[in-house]
Amino acid sequence: MAKQLAAVIGTGQTHHTAKRQDVSMAGLCREAIDRAMADAGVDWPEIDAVVLGKAPDLFEGVMMPELFLADALGATGKPLLRVHTAGSVGGSTGNVAASLVQSGVHRTVLAVAFEKQSESNAMWALSILPPFSMPVGAGAGGYFAPHVRSYIRRSGAPEHIGAVVAAKDRRNGARNPYAHLKQPDITVESVRSSPMLWDPIRYDETCPSSDGAAAVVIADESVASGRPAAWIHATAMRTEPTTFAGRDQVNPQAGRDAAAALWREAGITDPLSEVDVAEIYVPFSWFEPMWLENLGFSELGQGWKLTEAGETALGGRLPVNPSGGVLSSNPIGASGLLRFAEAAMQVMGRAGEHQVDGARIALGHAYGGGSQYFSLWVVGAERPGAR
Amino acid sequence: MVTSISEPLSAPLDVGFDYTRSLGPVLGRFATELREHRVLGVRGSDGRVHVPPVEYDPVTAQPLTEFVQVGTEGTVTTWSWIPEPLAGQPLQRPFAWALIKLDGADTALLHAVDAGSPQAMAIGMRVRVRWTAEPVGGIRDIECFEPLDAPERAVAATPEPVTMITSPVHLRYLHSASPEESRYLRGLAEGRLLGQRCPACGKVYVPPRPACPTDGVPTEDEVELPDRGVVTTFCVVNVPFLGQRIKPPYVAAYVLLDGADIAFLHLVLGCAAEEVRMGMRVRAVWRPRESWGTTLENIDHFAPTGEPDAPYESFAQHL
Amino acid sequence: MAGEVAVVGFAQAPNVRRTHGTTNGVEMLVPVFAELLAATGLSKRDIGFWCSGSSDYLAGRAFSFIAAVDAIGAWPPIAESHVEMDAAWALYEAWVKIRTGEVDTALVYGFGKSSAGDLRRVLALQLDPYLVAPLWPDSVGVAGLQARLGLAAGLWTQRQMAEVAARGQRDVDELLARPYVADPLRAHDCAPITDGAAAVVLASAERAGELCARPAWITGIEHRVETPNLGARDLTTSPSTVAAAEAAGAEGIELAELHAPFSHQEILLRQALGLGERVRVNPSGGALAGNPMFAAGLARIGEAASRIHSGAAGRVLAHATSGPLLQQNLVCVMEGR
Repeated sequence: MAKQLAAVIGTGQTHHTAKRQDVSMAGLCREAIDRAMADAGVDWPEIDAVVLGKAPDLFEGVMMPELFLADALGATGKPLLRVHTAGSVGGSTGNVAASLVQSGVHRTVLAVAFEKQSESNAMWALSILPPFSMPVGAGAGGYFAPHVRSYIRRSGAPEHIGAVVAAKDRRNGARNPYAHLKQPDITVESVRSSPMLWDPIRYDETCPSSDGAAAVVIADESVASGRPAAWIHATAMRTEPTTFAGRDQVNPQAGRDAAAALWREAGITDPLSEVDVAEIYVPFSWFEPMWLENLGFSELGQGWKLTEAGETALGGRLPVNPSGGVLSSNPIGASGLLRFAEAAMQVMGRAGEHQVDGARIALGHAYGGGSQYFSLWVVGAERPGAR
Repeated sequence: MVTSISEPLSAPLDVGFDYTRSLGPVLGRFATELREHRVLGVRGSDGRVHVPPVEYDPVTAQPLTEFVQVGTEGTVTTWSWIPEPLAGQPLQRPFAWALIKLDGADTALLHAVDAGSPQAMAIGMRVRVRWTAEPVGGIRDIECFEPLDAPERAVAATPEPVTMITSPVHLRYLHSASPEESRYLRGLAEGRLLGQRCPACGKVYVPPRPACPTDGVPTEDEVELPDRGVVTTFCVVNVPFLGQRIKPPYVAAYVLLDGADIAFLHLVLGCAAEEVRMGMRVRAVWRPRESWGTTLENIDHFAPTGEPDAPYESFAQHL
Repeated sequence: MAGEVAVVGFAQAPNVRRTHGTTNGVEMLVPVFAELLAATGLSKRDIGFWCSGSSDYLAGRAFSFIAAVDAIGAWPPIAESHVEMDAAWALYEAWVKIRTGEVDTALVYGFGKSSAGDLRRVLALQLDPYLVAPLWPDSVGVAGLQARLGLAAGLWTQRQMAEVAARGQRDVDELLARPYVADPLRAHDCAPITDGAAAVVLASAERAGELCARPAWITGIEHRVETPNLGARDLTTSPSTVAAAEAAGAEGIELAELHAPFSHQEILLRQALGLGERVRVNPSGGALAGNPMFAAGLARIGEAASRIHSGAAGRVLAHATSGPLLQQNLVCVMEGR
C-alpha cells in the first residue's frame, strides 16, 4: 500500500511554567488541545482518533492517565493510543499519529503530550534506587554530565560553548509567549558564572522543570489541501540498548541511523544547506553541538564550531531552537511534541516573534532514555517532492 | 566455567510519594463545597447531572460549568463486599464498595458504605454521607456512606477554599535481581568482582546480564575481575535532591575495571574533586568486611592508585 | 491483497504465579523471541519494526521497559516503539506501521511481572486521581460492582460465572460453596495474578506466505475507549467492544478469545458481541487461566491466530481490554485462506 500524504494543520501549547496550579491535568491538556483545534479549524466530530504521549507514570502518580483523561481528550467513543518511549515520547507521539494518517487508517488525528511535573518531583522519580545498587545516580543531569565531559574531551571544544547555547536558547525563549523561562538579558558570561550543578553542567545550562502540554492536528491530503499546512516529508524512530560494551554514548548509532533514514526519506543530501530551521531536543546546553554532529549537520567533532560562529542563532545558517527549546521549557513528556510542533509552526509561518524568515523545511527532533531513543520528523511548507 | 544456577536474590523496593494535585476550577469548587458539607454536580450537554462532577462532557467533550447542588442522601445502585480492607481504603473494618446515586444526580459516585455486614447491603438501599471529623479537602472529606437508619453524628464544617489535594501513593514491590546479577552480588558479598562473558560477542560484562544487550543471550562464562581500573568519564554532583543518599559534592565516575568491557558508575574519593581526571587509575576501597552484603555498596568508593594515567586511546571506545 | 497484514507467529512464556525474573521481563522474553524467530525462520535483523506494551507501575520503576530491549539484542539499532498499554495496542501500532508500507514485518511483545507488587492496589491508580483513586478502590472490589449489576439484572448468575471458571474441568457446586473474596466474586471468578510475556510476528501480504503455511489475515482491527466515570457507564454491557466489533466486521466468527479478567466479563462480552452457542470461546482458558498483565490481551490475539495457523478454525475474533471494568477494548478479526 502506498503511503498517504499527511500534514500538520494545527498546533497548540500551554503557557509552560513550574507549577500550573490553576488547572488539573485535564485542563492542562485541553489548553493545548483547544488551541491546536482552533488553529486547525476543526471540531470534535472531525477527529478520528487521539494519541497521547507522556513520560513515566510515576511523575504524576497515575497509572495510564489516558484512561481517566478520555473525556477531556475528546477520545470517548474513539480509538485512543498511549505512547511512552521515555524522553523521546513527544516525538514518537507525533510520529505514531502521522502513521495513523499515512497508513490510510484515519483522516484526521489529534496528538497530545503533557507532563505535570509539579505533581511530584522528577529527580526523585528518576533516582529511585533499586536494591543492591550503588546510590550514585543523580537524576538526568547526573546521568548526562559524564557524557558531556566525554564530548568535550573528544571534540576539543572550548569550555564556553555550553554557555553560548544556553544564552542563545534563553534569549530565544524570551521571544516565545509560551516559554517557561524568558531571559532576554542573559549572557554567556552570566551563564558561566552560574553555579556548577553536575560539573561540567552549570545551573543555567540546565532545562527547567515545567508543567505543560502540546497538541497537533494531523490530517490527510483531502483535509489538509487548501489549508495552511506543514507537510510531513519524513519520520524516523530508532532505539539501541541503554548500555553495552563499546557503546558510543556521545554520538549514539541509533541517532545516526535515525537521521540517515530521515534524510533519505526526505530526499535531503546536505542537511545544513537544505534544512532552514531545527528544533532539537537540548535539555543540557552541550547537547546542541553533540546532536548537530549526530544528525549530520556537521562533521564529527565540528558541531561546536557552528554554535560558536553563531550559525545556530536566529539569523544564522541553521537556527536551532528559535522557540527557546527544552532549555526554556521542559514539560518532559510534551517536550518532544513541542519540538515537532514548533518545526511545523515555522514552515506554516506561524512562529510569531521567533519565526525564521522564509523557513520552508524544518526538523523536529526528540531523544530519550540514556540517549537511546530517537524520534524525528521533517516538515515542509510544500508537499514532499514539490521542492 | 559455566555459572551454577542458584536462587536469584530479591529485596523490597518501596516507592512512595505524596503527590500534590491542583484541582482546577470544577474539581476545586466541588472540593471546596464538600468542606461545607454540600455536594455539587455539574450538568452535562445531555442534561444529566454528573456527580462526581466532570470537567469535560463525555458526549461532546465540551467544558462543563453549570453546577447543580444535589442531596447528601442517595441510593445504592450496586455494591461489593470487602471483608479484608487494603491499606489506604476508607474503612479499616469490613465494608462495601458501592456506586451511589445521590438525590438529584443522574450518575453514581463510587465510595464506601459502612454497613457492618453484607446482609445489610442491598441494591436500592438508602444511604447518607458521613462527613469526616478532620477534613483535608477532597473526596476523603466524605468518610464513607452509612445506611439511613444509622444514628447521625454531628460534625462541624470548616469552610475554606480548596485548590490542591495531597495524594499519597505508597506501594511496595519485591525487586528481583537476575540469576546472572545474583551470582555477581553473591561474589561481592565475598569481596570478589565476578563478571561474565557473552558467548556471542565475547565481551566481559560486569555486572553480568540476563541478556547481552547486543546479542540477546545471557552472559555465561565467569571472569573474576581485579578491583582496579580506570576512570573513563565522570561528573561532580553538587546538587542536593530528594532521596539522595550521598552528601554532595561527590564525584560520580564510570570505572572500567581492568579486563572488563563495560564501565559502571561509582564514587571516587581520596583526592580533591578537581583532581579527578579521565584516564585516572583507581582501586576499590572496600568497607569493613563485617558490613558486606550482596551489594556494590561493599565498595565504599574508588581511590586513585597513583599509577600514571591510562592513555586516552585505551578507553576512548568506552565513552 | 496489497495492504493486508497477517499474524504469522506467536509464542508466549509460561503463565506462572511468580517468576524469579526481573521486572524488565528479559528472562521471560529471551526464550520467547528465540522460539518465535525460529518458528518463522526470521532473524532479529529481518524484523522491520518492533513494538511493545508494558507498565512502569507494574514494575515500580520509571522507564522499566527500556531494559527489555536487551532481550532483543537491539544492535544494530532497531526501529521501535512502546505503548504504556496492553501489547494488543502495540500490535495495533505495528499493524498501522506495516500499512504505511515502510516495513513488511513487525515483532510485537508484551510482558508483565504482576507478582512484583500488590496488583489490587496498583490498579487503583488507573482510576480518576482526584476523586476516586484517593479511596484506593481495589480492582477486585470494583469488579464486584459490575458483577452484581449483571446478577441483579438477570444477565448472568453466580452458577454461570462459576461455569465459565470451571470450563467443564472443575465441580461447579464445589466452587459455589467457597467463600467470597469480594461478594459477589469468589476466587475462581478472578483472574490469577500471573507473570508472563507474549510475542507475535506480523507480516505484510508480500511476506506472510513465506513465513507461515496458513497466515491469520487481519480483516479488521479496531479499538474504542469509554468515559472513565464508572457511575456514568452502563456497566452491564460494553459499548466500546460493540463499536469496535462492528467497525472490524465481526461476522461469521467460529472461535473467540476474549480478554476477560473476571468470569462475569466473559459472559458480558459474549452477550455484547452476540456470540452464539456455536462460537467456541476461550479454548486457551482465557485470562482466567493466566493473566500476565500487559501481555494477556496480545496473547488472546496470538491464541486466536494460532487456531488459524493450525487449521482448527477459519475465522476468529480476538479481544483485548485495558483499564477498569472494560473501559477500553480492542477487537481483531482474523481469517485463514
